[in-house]
Amino acid sequence: MNTPHTTTAPLRCIGRLLAALGVGLLAVGCRPEADGVQSSTMGRIRERDRLICAVDGAVPGFSTVAASGRYEGIDADFCRAVAAALLGDPEKVDFRPVTPAERFVALNSGEVDLLSISSTHTLSRDAPGGNALSFGPTFFYDGQGVMVPAASGVRRLADLAGKPICVESGTNTELNLADRMRELGLSYQPLRFQSGEQAYPAYEQGRCAAITSDSSLLAGKRTGFRNPAAHVLLTELLSKEPSAKVTVQGDAVWADAIRWITYALFQAEESGLTRANLQAKLAEARARPELAELRRLLGVEGDLGRQLGLPADFVVRVVKAVGSYGELFDRHVGPSSRLGLERGPNRLWTQGGLHISPPFR
Amino acid sequence: MAVEPSPPRPEASGGVTPWWRDRRVVPWVVQAAVGLVVLLAIAFLLGNLVRNLTAAGLLLSWRWLNQPAGFDISESLIPFNAQLPYWRALAAGLVNTIRAVLVGLVGATLLGTLVGMASFSHNGLLKRLARIYVEVVRNIPLLLQLVFWYFVVFLTLPNGAAALQLPGIVLAKSGLYLAGLGEGLRWLGPQLVNGVWQAPIRLTVEFAALLTGLIVYSGAFIAEVVRGGLAAVPKGQWEAASSLGLGWFATLRHIVLPQALRVIVPGLNTQYISLAKNSSLAVAVGYTDLYSVAETTLNQTGRAVEVVLVLLAAYLTLDLLISLVMNGLNHLVQIKER
Repeated sequence: MNTPHTTTAPLRCIGRLLAALGVGLLAVGCRPEADGVQSSTMGRIRERDRLICAVDGAVPGFSTVAASGRYEGIDADFCRAVAAALLGDPEKVDFRPVTPAERFVALNSGEVDLLSISSTHTLSRDAPGGNALSFGPTFFYDGQGVMVPAASGVRRLADLAGKPICVESGTNTELNLADRMRELGLSYQPLRFQSGEQAYPAYEQGRCAAITSDSSLLAGKRTGFRNPAAHVLLTELLSKEPSAKVTVQGDAVWADAIRWITYALFQAEESGLTRANLQAKLAEARARPELAELRRLLGVEGDLGRQLGLPADFVVRVVKAVGSYGELFDRHVGPSSRLGLERGPNRLWTQGGLHISPPFR
Repeated sequence: MAVEPSPPRPEASGGVTPWWRDRRVVPWVVQAAVGLVVLLAIAFLLGNLVRNLTAAGLLLSWRWLNQPAGFDISESLIPFNAQLPYWRALAAGLVNTIRAVLVGLVGATLLGTLVGMASFSHNGLLKRLARIYVEVVRNIPLLLQLVFWYFVVFLTLPNGAAALQLPGIVLAKSGLYLAGLGEGLRWLGPQLVNGVWQAPIRLTVEFAALLTGLIVYSGAFIAEVVRGGLAAVPKGQWEAASSLGLGWFATLRHIVLPQALRVIVPGLNTQYISLAKNSSLAVAVGYTDLYSVAETTLNQTGRAVEVVLVLLAAYLTLDLLISLVMNGLNHLVQIKER
C-alpha cells in the first residue's frame, strides 16, 4: 500500500481530477497540504467570496423564500451570520434549497459548504463508519410530533392504528415512527414522500390520517395551510430531536468555526448583546479595560477569533448581522411570530434552558 | 472464422514480408493495443476510486445489507417489516417496481395500439382525438403529469359512500377497489362495510397515479410507433383487402398489423425501456418503488456508492431483460425466408 510515489503532486492531482470526472462517482478535490489554521472549505469560500449554504427553503420560521425573494428564517439567518463572520458581509450567501434526502450527499460532494437545515444529531450520522458527518452544537431542541386534523378525533398515537401516516423519506422521523409503532404493537401504513412539497399537500388533501415530523416544522408548515386552525399537534412526542448545523468530517477547522459561531450567538444573549446595543457595548468595552470578558468576546482584546481562522471581531460581525440567539428565536419562531413556539428547552442555561456556550477565553 | 488458404510463404529468396506489414498480424496488434489501453484506463479509474474511497474511509462494504432496515413499507407484495434487513427492503422495492413496470407495459401497449389504430380510422373525430391526445401528452414532462394525476385527480376523489362508483370499480381517496375473485372463488364486487370499502383487489392511489401516468405517457409514444408501423405498410395492401370485401378492422387485424409489427417491435423496445426507467419517478407520488427504498437506505446507512451501484445494477438488469424479450419477439415477427 505504502509504495513510494514517484509522480509529482500536480500530476497526481490532475490524474485524480480526470479520474473523478471519468468515474463521476466521487468528487476529489485538489488541495495543498494543510498548514496551521488552514481549512480547505474556508479557503474555498474566501476564494469565491460567497458562502454556499444549504437550507430546506420551505419551512416557515426556519427557511422560506419571502415575497421579496429573500430567504428568511432562523436557519437562513445562521447562514448570514457565518457569511458575516467569514466574509464580512451577511449577504454574501448563495442559498441552496435541498431535500432532506439529498442534503448529506450535497454536503459530502462539496456542492455546499454547510447544512443549515434541521438535522438531528445522531450517532450513526456522526460516526466515521456511518454517514461520517461533523455536527456543531445543538442549535435547536426539538421533538418529533404528530399533526392530525382537529375534526378527526385522533388524540393519541394509538388512535392511528391501521391508518395511513405521511412521512418524509430519508428522515429520522421515518425511523422513529416505525420504532414507536412497533413498540406500541400497532400496524400502520407509512406513506413515504421524497420531500415536504409532496407530503404536506397530500396530508392537507386528506390522503393521510396524520403527518409526522419535528414539532417545530409541523407548526411552521401549518401556517401555510388553507385553514391552520383545523389541524392540531398531538401532545405525545415520539422522540428527542436535537438539531445542529452540519459540515464535512474531514475539515476540523471549518467545523470549529461553525461551532464557535453558534456559541457566539448563545454567548451574545448571555452577555446581553443585541443588534440595537452592539455599538454602545463595543464603545464601552473599548473605554473600560476592566471589562476583560466582554473585551475578549468582542475581539477588543486578545486574538480568540484569529485562533479559529476567523477575524478577531467575528462575534461583533455575527451580532451585527443577525443579533443574538434570543433575537433570532423571537424574530422567526417565538411566541410573537406566526409560529408561536415557546422557547422551552431552547432557553439559555441561565434561564433554565439547555443552550450553553463554553467560555470565550 | 472462415478458413482461408494460407498464402504461399515467401521464401528467403523473395522479399520476406516484415511482420508489421503482414495483414494477418497487424490487425491483431492494433486491436491488442487498443484493448490494452482501454483496460489500463478502466484499471486506473477503478484503482483511483478504491484508493480515494479508502482514503475517505468509505471502502465498499456490503455488511449493511444484512442490518435491520428500521423503516416500514406500506405496500409490498412480499412480506416485509421494519426488523427485516436492508436487502429485503430493497427486494420489496424491486418487486414494487417490477409490478408497476409490468402492468404499465401491458396498459401502455393496449392504449398505444388502440390510439395508433384510431389515427387510421375513417372517423374524423376519432382521428383528431387521437392526434390531440398524442400531441398534448408527449409534450408535457412526465413528472408534471404524475403530480397532476396524483394531486389533481386521485387525491380529490371523495371517500366512503360518496366515492366514484362504476360497475366493478370504485374510485376513492383511500384507494382503487376492483372486482375480482374473492373467498371461495366467487366473483365479488367492491362493497361498503362500515364506511370502508372492501374488495378482492385494492390498489393504493399512489400506485394508481403512477400507473395512470406511465400508461398515458408511454401510450402516446407507443401510439406514434404503431402509427409509423401502420403507415409503413403500402397503401395497396389496404386497397387489395378492401377489394376482397374485408372491413376496416378485419383489414387491420389480418392484413396490415402482421406486416406492421416488423416495423413496430424495434420501436416498442425503446418505449418499454423508457417506461421501466421512468417508473423511478414513483418517488414523486409516494409510491414505494426501488428508487424510493434505495434513497431511504442511502440516507440511513450513508453507503452512497454501494446503494447507487445496487440501483444501477437493478435498472440495467431490468432493461436488459426487456430488451432480450423484445429481441426474441422481433425475431418471431420478421419475414421467415424459406
